[in-house]
Amino acid sequence: MMAALLGRRGMVAALVLVLLASLPLLTALFDQRYLLSVGTRVVIWAIAATSLNMILGYGGLVSFGHAAFFGIGGYVVGILSANGIQDGWLQWPLALAVAILWAALIGALSLRTRGVYFIMITLAFAQLVYYLASGLEAYGGDDGLNFSRSRLWLIDLRDKNSFYWLCFAFLLGTLWFSSRMEHSRFGYVLRGARSNELRMLALGFPVFRYRLAAFTIAGALGGLSGILLANEGAYVSPAMMSWVKSGDLIVMVVLGGIGALFGPLYGAIAFFALEELLTPLLHLMHQGWGEYWQIVFGPMLVAIALYAKGGIDSLLGPRHG
Amino acid sequence: MAEALLKTKGLIKRFGGLVATDNLSIEVREGEIHALIGPNGAGKTTLVGQLTGNLRPDSGTIHFAGRDVTRLPIHARVQLGLARSFQITAVLREFSAIENVALAVQAHAGHSFRFLADVRFDKSLREPAWQSLELVGLDARAGVPAATLSHGEQRQLEIAMALAGKPRMLLLDEPMAGMGVEESQDMVQLLRHLKARCGMLLIEHDMDAVFALADRITVLVYGRAIASGTPDEIRASPEVRHAYLGEEAK
Amino acid sequence: MDYLLIQVLNGVQLGLLMFLLAAGLTLTFGIMDLVNLAHGSLYMMGAYIAWTFITWTDSFVAGALLALPATFALGVVLEVAVVRRLYNRDHLDQVLATFGLILFFNELVRVIWGPAGKSIAVPAFLGHTVQILPGVPYPAYRFALIVVGLAVAVILAWLVARTKLGMLIRAGASNRRMIAALGVNIELLFSLVFGLGAVFAGLAGLMAAPISSVKIGMGDDILIVAFVIIVIGGIGSIKGAFVAAMLVGQIDIIGRAFLPNFLKAFMAPASASAAAPAISQVLIYVVMAAVLVWRPTGLFGQRQ
Repeated sequence: MMAALLGRRGMVAALVLVLLASLPLLTALFDQRYLLSVGTRVVIWAIAATSLNMILGYGGLVSFGHAAFFGIGGYVVGILSANGIQDGWLQWPLALAVAILWAALIGALSLRTRGVYFIMITLAFAQLVYYLASGLEAYGGDDGLNFSRSRLWLIDLRDKNSFYWLCFAFLLGTLWFSSRMEHSRFGYVLRGARSNELRMLALGFPVFRYRLAAFTIAGALGGLSGILLANEGAYVSPAMMSWVKSGDLIVMVVLGGIGALFGPLYGAIAFFALEELLTPLLHLMHQGWGEYWQIVFGPMLVAIALYAKGGIDSLLGPRHG
Repeated sequence: MAEALLKTKGLIKRFGGLVATDNLSIEVREGEIHALIGPNGAGKTTLVGQLTGNLRPDSGTIHFAGRDVTRLPIHARVQLGLARSFQITAVLREFSAIENVALAVQAHAGHSFRFLADVRFDKSLREPAWQSLELVGLDARAGVPAATLSHGEQRQLEIAMALAGKPRMLLLDEPMAGMGVEESQDMVQLLRHLKARCGMLLIEHDMDAVFALADRITVLVYGRAIASGTPDEIRASPEVRHAYLGEEAK
Repeated sequence: MDYLLIQVLNGVQLGLLMFLLAAGLTLTFGIMDLVNLAHGSLYMMGAYIAWTFITWTDSFVAGALLALPATFALGVVLEVAVVRRLYNRDHLDQVLATFGLILFFNELVRVIWGPAGKSIAVPAFLGHTVQILPGVPYPAYRFALIVVGLAVAVILAWLVARTKLGMLIRAGASNRRMIAALGVNIELLFSLVFGLGAVFAGLAGLMAAPISSVKIGMGDDILIVAFVIIVIGGIGSIKGAFVAAMLVGQIDIIGRAFLPNFLKAFMAPASASAAAPAISQVLIYVVMAAVLVWRPTGLFGQRQ
């Protein structure tokens, strides 16, 4: 990853990372504690988006159900907590295990399909999880579940600064792994299969196996972000994994620059920033219009899909390798 | 006589009412260049599909290197040593020429569940890739994205990729397609040069190339082999003249 | 027994409604290879536009009849303005763009009609019950839905099998390049097909309104079920959409009707009542998964 931080594009990425690293200090300095909450969520979403980039960006697999992993990670933690098991060292590995199992299962089924069928089946499986959660009356059903945060020895998750830095550390780890994967043997198989699957089979690669592995890894990281998201608000609800959220994740990946290492991070930042910016902008144009920011955001997405596929990352300069 | 490396027996493939492969039994020996010719609609593409694993025959068997591969998936046949090039060039367009070949090498270098090491600096992949590129004469264009290579160069790249896995037999699906006179002659030279490394099953329309290269030729008409033998035997065969060569006085 | 019959009819009614929605979707998929997430928005717009016309004319039928051409026009405008730029793009672009359209339409509805939902009453002349069997009353409105739904299905089947447009649709579903080569005005055909899909979606929306609700985002969740239906039925196949829609309709209703009792055998009653709808939804996805394992291109789908 250090190599990725060289050059002009790398400088931008490095700057962003430095800013993020010092966010707790900056927000305290400018007395904008609210921004730290937003920042925490941006970082968590960036982890999820980066994991989606592994299968969507590198692998070309349009998974429209990635937000389900938010839910799985979050609900396992929430349910355990509600049942008296608050130790993070027990909850988190279990939540990750469930996410991995689920990813492996639906990956094995979904990856037998192609193109549009794949998109739909991943979407449908996410809906399945969504409805399962809605039906869990004992754990709040549609209203969701409040619970006490995980207890992690050494780190008090209720302290906003500590929690933020923990999330940021996970983001760094995810980015590092993503950068290694991009140029590894594994990454090349994924990217080759995206370019021409039949060709890769004809070269002798059992493509299915590698895609399944990628899908499972992405699911695990998605589950991790779900664990973090649940702990951020000490709350889980089915809404966390609505298909709109899956769509938001795809938007972040594309907006930031699909397949680019820091793309999802830029995309997550831009996504949250857009809402924060469009609202007052519309307000300026006409009082009360601010709450209708999606009426601008929607067409923006259409325009991006049609004309600006390279995303933010492509605006920063040409890519190498 | 050497044991046939690739053997089909009684191969049948139907598409609805059409019999594309009609009880076909052919043999390709190790180390020979065996050409498969026939008029359009003869079933050459269908046969290729069944040999590579893209199509399932309705009945009959295919043996490669002594093993029954009739139901083996595509990638498994490649691992056994049967490599192919595509009729419509199918290189990985976003990757450079050397990356394309390095991937071909990688496919035969154990599993690829390696996440950390950077493949661009992996000598065990890059060096064989270089050698393959040199063999086909593309080493000067190694770093160029495959999409910007000329048509002839992409064909060369296809061959380099097929060779990278050190196959026992190459299945070449119309390698001369879309090539001009000079490019075709270069390709014929290349293929002749490569014969020492591995045998080939060559599907072609270009008769100059076929008669220049082939050790043996099989003629396919309506899914059936109507003649099989040396180029001289084929030239002399009345059935072949009637069915195919008769229209093109050569 | 009577209860079972009523539930089966409810399942048929739901299935027909879903068929209307799925038919348009499978057409645009099959012919234009277009992933259109905004199809649910057309469902929603149909309902809201109908509400406006119904309120204006004070008649359900008049309002509905006015809403249909309006929805058709909306569909055509949408196709010309945005959708036609998405043909030949990869599916990700289509997903992204139509996702943006969903957000846009949801917000548009909020601006024009306000955040609170609207309601459309069951028309008075259909407010009674009919006796489908002696001693078995069934709501007339739902019965009318079934009649209308079947009529549309028959008309669509006739359209596809016996008209020139239908021939083009069938040809296009199996080979897009071919219809272009036939010298057909592709642009017009696509606009018509999209508009037709929009009308069906809008019709489904306005017909569903009196028995469910008219609210922002009403099309979003039901859209996914429509996608599941066309995946089960096979993309591009109207027959498949019909069969799958009937199947899904039955699973949904029977599940809701009989699962709670089944579950109460080993669950607390409150939990059983809450879990039942969730499980019947889950069942639909399980069926989809099973179909895809057995036939990756759906029951009546074709490999392109």
